[in-house]
Amino acid sequence: MATTYRTCPVSGLQFEDQAEKLMRWNAVAGVLWLLVGGITALLVILTRWPAIKLLPADQFYLILTAHGIDMLILWILFFEMAVLYFASSTLLRCRLATPKIAWLGFWLMVVGGIMANVAIFQGESSVMFTSYVPMQAAPHFYLGIILVAVGALLGVAVFFGTLVVAKKDKTYQGSLPLVTFGALTAAIIATFTILAGAGILLPTFLWSVGLIKEIDAQLYRMVWWGLGHSSQQINVAAHVSVWYLTAAVIFGAKPLSEKVSRFAFLLYILFLQLASAHHLLSDPGMSAEWKVLNTSYFMYFAVMASMIHGFTVPGAIEAAQRRKGYTNGLFEWLRKAPWGNPVFSGMFISLVSFGFLGGISGVVLGTEQINMLMHNTFYVPGHFHTTVVTGTTLAFMSITYLLVPVLFRREMILPKLCQIQPYLFGISMSVLGLVMMGAGTLGVSRRHWDMAFSGAPFQYEWPGAAYLMMGLTGIFGVIAVIGGGLWILLVVGSLLFGKKLDGGKVSDRPTPIPGNTQAASAVAHGSDHVPVPGTVVLALLLFVCFVLYYFVNWKYLSEVWLLS
Amino acid sequence: MSAILPPSDRLWWKQPIDKVEWAWIAIAFVWGMIMFAMMIYWHVYGKQNLSNEAYKTTPEMFAAKAEKFIAENTVRTETDQNIPVVKVPAGGDGYLIARLWAWYPILELEKGQTYKIHLSSMDYNHGFSLQPVNINIQVIPGYEHVVKMTPTKEGTYAIVCNEYCGIGHHSMLGRIYVK
Repeated sequence: MATTYRTCPVSGLQFEDQAEKLMRWNAVAGVLWLLVGGITALLVILTRWPAIKLLPADQFYLILTAHGIDMLILWILFFEMAVLYFASSTLLRCRLATPKIAWLGFWLMVVGGIMANVAIFQGESSVMFTSYVPMQAAPHFYLGIILVAVGALLGVAVFFGTLVVAKKDKTYQGSLPLVTFGALTAAIIATFTILAGAGILLPTFLWSVGLIKEIDAQLYRMVWWGLGHSSQQINVAAHVSVWYLTAAVIFGAKPLSEKVSRFAFLLYILFLQLASAHHLLSDPGMSAEWKVLNTSYFMYFAVMASMIHGFTVPGAIEAAQRRKGYTNGLFEWLRKAPWGNPVFSGMFISLVSFGFLGGISGVVLGTEQINMLMHNTFYVPGHFHTTVVTGTTLAFMSITYLLVPVLFRREMILPKLCQIQPYLFGISMSVLGLVMMGAGTLGVSRRHWDMAFSGAPFQYEWPGAAYLMMGLTGIFGVIAVIGGGLWILLVVGSLLFGKKLDGGKVSDRPTPIPGNTQAASAVAHGSDHVPVPGTVVLALLLFVCFVLYYFVNWKYLSEVWLLS
Repeated sequence: MSAILPPSDRLWWKQPIDKVEWAWIAIAFVWGMIMFAMMIYWHVYGKQNLSNEAYKTTPEMFAAKAEKFIAENTVRTETDQNIPVVKVPAGGDGYLIARLWAWYPILELEKGQTYKIHLSSMDYNHGFSLQPVNINIQVIPGYEHVVKMTPTKEGTYAIVCNEYCGIGHHSMLGRIYVK
């Protein structure tokens, strides 16, 4: 099939025509879903803010369901499809395998996404993102999600196929680049995640149209979370890859050690799928042994992998900066980093927020006994707004500042606003996550319309601090929505009105990645080692926070009623 | 030479790992083992572990057992809905029904006594969230979960439902007295 290859004059990246179109369409579709998700976010925030309480109960639950589906599934999956095509076709400089199938996948996802949203907004499917049986949604709610999953699976297959094409056409020599390897990790996790999703959503769909009589409520939870939690692990693998990508593009950073970083990705593949257990720790149906083994990802090997990436990503940046001569003291490399460049600032806030807030809270929340203090409280959304939002979404937002000129050939408009957007969004969302966790620690429930329990036969008064936390949630939530909305305005505005940039040379055959000469390999072999003391200090700081917070929660647990 | 290019050293797996990286990997590994051991330690020596005792049941079977328990142990009724207040025998079994949208009945316990509280749902998933103690347990239809509880302080406690269960979810508030 005839296609063309364009070499971007700014970045030197080479885009194959079909892959480029698919990346653009997927990214734009993602942004549109983020817009819907953002509007619903504002409505959710303004309802949970006790002083405002905007929506009535039925509309609140409807909007909250839409917020979960549009953000966690649609925005992120569409963007991830673009990341997969980028990491395969663009980084390996080859044609995309079977673009027609990739388009079929794209349109299946579009149709499925719209179908699920129609079901939600018709009002008969306010079952939340998790859609626990036996609460039933309309059949086209399940069908929509199934179509999205099938579409995503096709995209993943095209990614795998493209890796084969690159190998066959010899467009690169040696091993895959680390970023592509990370994307491969995400794609492998995506495969078994989507199969788990099919395993539960197909029977649930059949149940909703009356062909299956009953689905066991506990079994549903176990298999559904094989989709629900593992899909967040796709995000982790994807945004860690984006961190490495950013470090490479901005600093020319190379991994401290290819071996260590790749091994850490491998640990994700081996252990992350056990995370289904994180949601079942307070359930009746599983034994304590099962819970302990699975919730720890078989002895915390996946946590170890994240701690490794948390070290090697800033370490790679520090090493690159020190090679450039920023060698004074512990932190000159960081002080002299391009903080005014939103690609870097967003990525770094994402790294810090994911590590200190999302990562630590996730491990504590996933500890078998401590989970009883937090299960289904507001702590849970607090945790995942600092993983999937400040981690994944912010990483995707920041890389977009790079993609708009390179992929869409448009200059970003309003550069001053572009500079502040990652700070506005990243910091307010981090504080939002923190105060949500605070409210959850005080017992406030997630997915709950009324802290005053109107219509209940009894009264219960939450502590004053809980109301304070929920008020702060409202304030920082609104700021975060403004920060996210600003990003959408900047991106859409740039696509429509940004200065057009030169597309660069077009050729009808790919230019392979030049191989290394023997001499270059010899130089690279261990001889340019740079120590990274600043990163060591940051990592130890993370570790101290981690240990303290972990044991503080055991202390809290030791003070509640005795349970056995 | 960077993360977006193939490794410059084709034999990258033969490159030595720096001491500092090894040290961090070792720290992460040991910390993981400590956290893993901590959960097991707490099962042996800790006083707050979620019960493993659970049975398959049906709403009808569970409701029948709960109604029998309520009929035998009710001490008074409260509120204009006449919700029974049931004194659970010290060291004995108590039943708590979760349903749209109520926790039924009100339980009365004594501080320092250990009770076997049976939890199940009549319809959807519900969430047993004891406040202000802040203990949270999932309640699932078709499963009877037997949780041993020992209250440590007197007072009036609320049971909030913290698993979304439909339009009346926010009004699903129960009560436990500890004397």
